[in-house]
Amino acid sequence: MRDLRARFRAAYGASGWHLLLLVGCFAVAAWVALRLAGEATAGRMLLWFVGAVVAHDLVLFPMYAAADWALRTAVRERRARPASGPSLLNHLRVPALAAALLFLVYLPGILRQGRETYLAATGQDQQPFLARWLLASGALFLASGIRYAFRRWRARRG
Amino acid sequence: MSADRTPSDGDRPGRPDATPDRPGYGYPRRGWAALADHPPPGLRGVGERWRSPLRGPWLTSVFGLVLLVGLPLVFLTGLLDYLAYGPQFGQAFPRDVGWLRLPQFDWPTRPSWLFRVTQGLHVALGITLVPVVLGKLWSVIPKLFDWPPARSLAQVLERLSLLLLVGGILFEIATGLLNIQYAYLFGFDFYTAHYFGAWVFVAALVVHVALRLSRLRTALRSRPARAELAVPRAGTRPEPPDPDGLVASHPDPATVSRRGALALVGGLSLLLAGLTVGQSLDGSWRRTALLLPRGRQPGTGPTGFPVNRTAAAAGVGAADTGPDWRLTLRAEGRQASLDRAALLAMPQHTARLPIACVEGWSTLQTWTGVRLRDLAALVGADRPGSAHVRSLEKAGLFAQATLQANQVLDPDSLLALTVNGADLTPDHGYPARVIVPALPGVHCTKWVTEIEFRGRPHA
Repeated sequence: MRDLRARFRAAYGASGWHLLLLVGCFAVAAWVALRLAGEATAGRMLLWFVGAVVAHDLVLFPMYAAADWALRTAVRERRARPASGPSLLNHLRVPALAAALLFLVYLPGILRQGRETYLAATGQDQQPFLARWLLASGALFLASGIRYAFRRWRARRG
Repeated sequence: MSADRTPSDGDRPGRPDATPDRPGYGYPRRGWAALADHPPPGLRGVGERWRSPLRGPWLTSVFGLVLLVGLPLVFLTGLLDYLAYGPQFGQAFPRDVGWLRLPQFDWPTRPSWLFRVTQGLHVALGITLVPVVLGKLWSVIPKLFDWPPARSLAQVLERLSLLLLVGGILFEIATGLLNIQYAYLFGFDFYTAHYFGAWVFVAALVVHVALRLSRLRTALRSRPARAELAVPRAGTRPEPPDPDGLVASHPDPATVSRRGALALVGGLSLLLAGLTVGQSLDGSWRRTALLLPRGRQPGTGPTGFPVNRTAAAAGVGAADTGPDWRLTLRAEGRQASLDRAALLAMPQHTARLPIACVEGWSTLQTWTGVRLRDLAALVGADRPGSAHVRSLEKAGLFAQATLQANQVLDPDSLLALTVNGADLTPDHGYPARVIVPALPGVHCTKWVTEIEFRGRPHA
């Protein structure tokens, strides 16, 4: 019995529990897939499910990684990792990341998507959101800039 | 497109060629070895190009722990929201969920803020966790480009389950964010997709936690949090090499400390939370939801609070709600018809109750009108089993709603005629609307035209 178990592990690559758990997980997913297969929009759901992974792993991640690389190249080494005092790189990274995240999360309002359903639900338009996002982003950069200047001044004085 | 992050956990085949670090190949060994020797162009040596010294089991486990606590809460509050819609009356969406049917019970009317909290928590916590999800994905993304992608059937299956895990959470985030901002870009039914997507995600999450929990525990113990949070940027070194290969083999010096990275993700979460909770608050706090639909009051004065469907969108015009409007009450063959003046002549009751919408906003207002149980008594239904409310609205999922017995009989359950001392406006449901404690806003039917009190099914 023990030998059989060891041979199973060697062939499969993990214990029987591992297989059982995964089969359970796929059973739920397959059941949901079969249930939704009859829906006219099933293809779209699948597309969005897989598309979400592709969009994150092969679009969003390369984009922000490239942006960070460009920023690091632009900010010279001495400023990115100063021996003492604040890092200019990080004081640019943080507001940039925050502004990008706000854009991503609140994108429908900022880009005025779904105007009709929005109007039907709220009785309003999406006019103010782009300006608000720009202002919020500007405020984040400004706050970070002021903090950087203050920390530099303090580091020099100390 | 597998989105693997973490290959098989501690399950090493007992092969002599299995190194202590990496699991050995499963069956057929030659096949897996050949796959390992033939990486696609561009992927050879990609493992050496990851430079961040922060990636490693400890950081991944911190994000994992936060999600392990937070995501089940989002899931459970989501299920509660579904139950609040009253699946026993076929008015929770999706209607037919087969084996994924939840245990049914009468949704309580107390505390009156119950639904306000469950849906507010679901939406606000879901949004707050977005940076943590993104941080966790960043911390494990080298695994996606790992070659070979698997060394055994076990790893193939685990990677496929990670596709469900990552696809599931991103799908739920994307559909949820679009829904609360009324942008139905996806072109499928939101309720169906969000409900079933959640179950696919949770199934994959259960597997992931079962397989990885021991590693999370080990990783967190490897670097005591208090000591780690005291390390500044200059002292930040990579974690020791790990069997999962999360730690970069050729790391650059750190540009940010681990505590800095955690503070960044935590700060971004707080920023999102701060820009979201305003949707569930009243007064000037509401305006703090700068970028969300319900951060804006549609008007001023006693009726200036948000609605979730305008009269124009519902197709309810002045002709329908003028002096000819009548409320019809029915119960087992008995019938009564009342105009607005007759309703106003009945005993009026005032209650301070929230309107809470599943899209993550709520507001507390003072409603005055006739108690639903008084209306029931008018047609001789002293102990109704349920009440079916119809709106003037012709189409739409929420042109009607069924209320449970406890929702009809609660002393604060009203057919409201005024709010904050002013007549309801057309958008708020003039001439009369239902307001029931802890009931989802969409079931607080507006422009009511008929209420039918039904008997108890077991009586």
